[in-house]
Amino acid sequence: MGMTISEKILAEHAGKKEVSAGEIINAKVDLVLANDITAPIAIKEFEKLGVKDVFDKEKIALVPDHFTPQKDIKSAEQCKILKDFAYKYKIKNYFEIGRVGIEHALLPEQGLVLPGDLVIGADSHTCTYGALGAFATGVGSTDAAVAMATGECWFKVPETIKFIYYGKLQPWVSGKDLILYTIGDIGVDGASYMAMEFTGEVIDRMPMSGRFTMCNMAIEAGAKAGIIAPDNITEEYVKVRAKRPYKFYNSDPDAKYVQIKEYDCSKIQPMVACPHLPSNVKPAGELSHIKIDQVVIGSCTNGRLEDLREAAQILKGRKIHPEVRMIIIPATQKIYMDALKEGLIEIFIEAQAVVSPPTCGPCLGGHMGILAKGERAIATTNRNFIGRMGHPESEVYLSSPAVAAASGVLGRIGIPEELGF
Amino acid sequence: MKIRGKIWKFGDNIDTDAIIPARYLNTSDPKELAKHVMEDADKDFPTKVKPGDIIIAGKNFGCGSSREHAPLAIKSAGIQAVVAKSFARIFFRNAFNIGLPIFEVKDLTDEADEGDEIEIDMDSGQIMNLTKGKKYETKPIPSFMQDLIKAGGLIEWTKKRLTMEDIK
Repeated sequence: MGMTISEKILAEHAGKKEVSAGEIINAKVDLVLANDITAPIAIKEFEKLGVKDVFDKEKIALVPDHFTPQKDIKSAEQCKILKDFAYKYKIKNYFEIGRVGIEHALLPEQGLVLPGDLVIGADSHTCTYGALGAFATGVGSTDAAVAMATGECWFKVPETIKFIYYGKLQPWVSGKDLILYTIGDIGVDGASYMAMEFTGEVIDRMPMSGRFTMCNMAIEAGAKAGIIAPDNITEEYVKVRAKRPYKFYNSDPDAKYVQIKEYDCSKIQPMVACPHLPSNVKPAGELSHIKIDQVVIGSCTNGRLEDLREAAQILKGRKIHPEVRMIIIPATQKIYMDALKEGLIEIFIEAQAVVSPPTCGPCLGGHMGILAKGERAIATTNRNFIGRMGHPESEVYLSSPAVAAASGVLGRIGIPEELGF
Repeated sequence: MKIRGKIWKFGDNIDTDAIIPARYLNTSDPKELAKHVMEDADKDFPTKVKPGDIIIAGKNFGCGSSREHAPLAIKSAGIQAVVAKSFARIFFRNAFNIGLPIFEVKDLTDEADEGDEIEIDMDSGQIMNLTKGKKYETKPIPSFMQDLIKAGGLIEWTKKRLTMEDIK
């Protein structure tokens, strides 16, 4: 019996010839990550283990990206726990402010996650790295603590749903729209405990940025991982970043899938997820009656250079609606610098948007753009749960950068076509 | 061992932001977290809940973030167990790792009312709604996870494993 890409990566890291869905294995990980929210608990649990050292100083990443730049005394104390631990154990991949970016944009950009890797992260959006052909999944702080000590983690080998995307994409439709459409179809627990394998001609043509966006939101369907087989596009991305060898895995033609879903992408319009679940999706064009107070363009889902270019294309020569505030967050310092050099930051400031330093900030209702009671935002982020971006009686709508930018100009949810595109 | 408690009832897809909103995650102190447990699902919950109570819920309980603060807040508030139709993957894993008892049962939630008293037999996995006089079977716990519970959580399980390796 053939194996899926996920089974192959898990088997390799468990030192087995083959594994199959449902099996519980102990496997060696290539990278363990945690952030300023999850690492403090992981570090506390790590100390309980009584080990002398971490398993590998180069295979741990500590990324203070959520409440940074440190928003108050409490969050500064949390960040200091990471810093002290990093210096005590000489952790190589600790990122101080000024170098730090949003973890799931930063680690691939730095070549710290590569095709064929097995990665766990104490952050649910760790599944983003599946875009590189790695198997990556979110865990809790205690799992991260044990992996920091032993380099191992236990896994239940997941079943896989294969998604095939075919047809020609409509204008302004990107990875974000496809994943929102998919979650709308299968529901927020539609892929619970499973891997979502994204395939088809649309994925074959999709740039890395769109692939990251799609794998990033696999967790929003309850999945353990999102994954895309690596190809030339992946190779182009990693070859300039990798500082160690990597390996491409592919699913066998006779691999076993629990389900196969096919989508004709020529019929998919720009999508928006309405409050309060990522599965509550509607075409953006049907929501023009929804007035907004805030726009957020950024996050581990859509804060990459391609996303900022998409927003800039809409915003160039235009002004944000007077009643709306727009917050744009380049996900890493490199993305910020590239956007600066390309003139995107100038376009944003001319349009009267504010550009924030790299941070998860408003996405989780942390800081740097919180909603008041009754306020409404459209955001390129990943969750629209109750109270996600601020007051429990505020609302978040999720969309692509193009729809978010167009909505910012219109003062209500809208599509680029309404601005003459 | 049997545990008995009064139930608080919640619906489907109770996410980790509802269990412990991110605005309180600038600390990882379980006592602080407990002050805000389930606040965005029911703002009065932190003041109403009593040690020994049990949460019951619909499907996909704990979806969203990987924050271990969610099961920690529940445990620290003195809630003895969570019973749901199903759990989101990371929450399920975290609950076992930190030693918060959780059980998957199909029909209990729909057939129970808030305030009912239930009794959970931790060994057999049977749940009795004492108020309604009805018995339910929980979904069996995988044997590996039973080992984790017996060891007292993932940290203790790992410590034992590391000691064994030292002996070798």
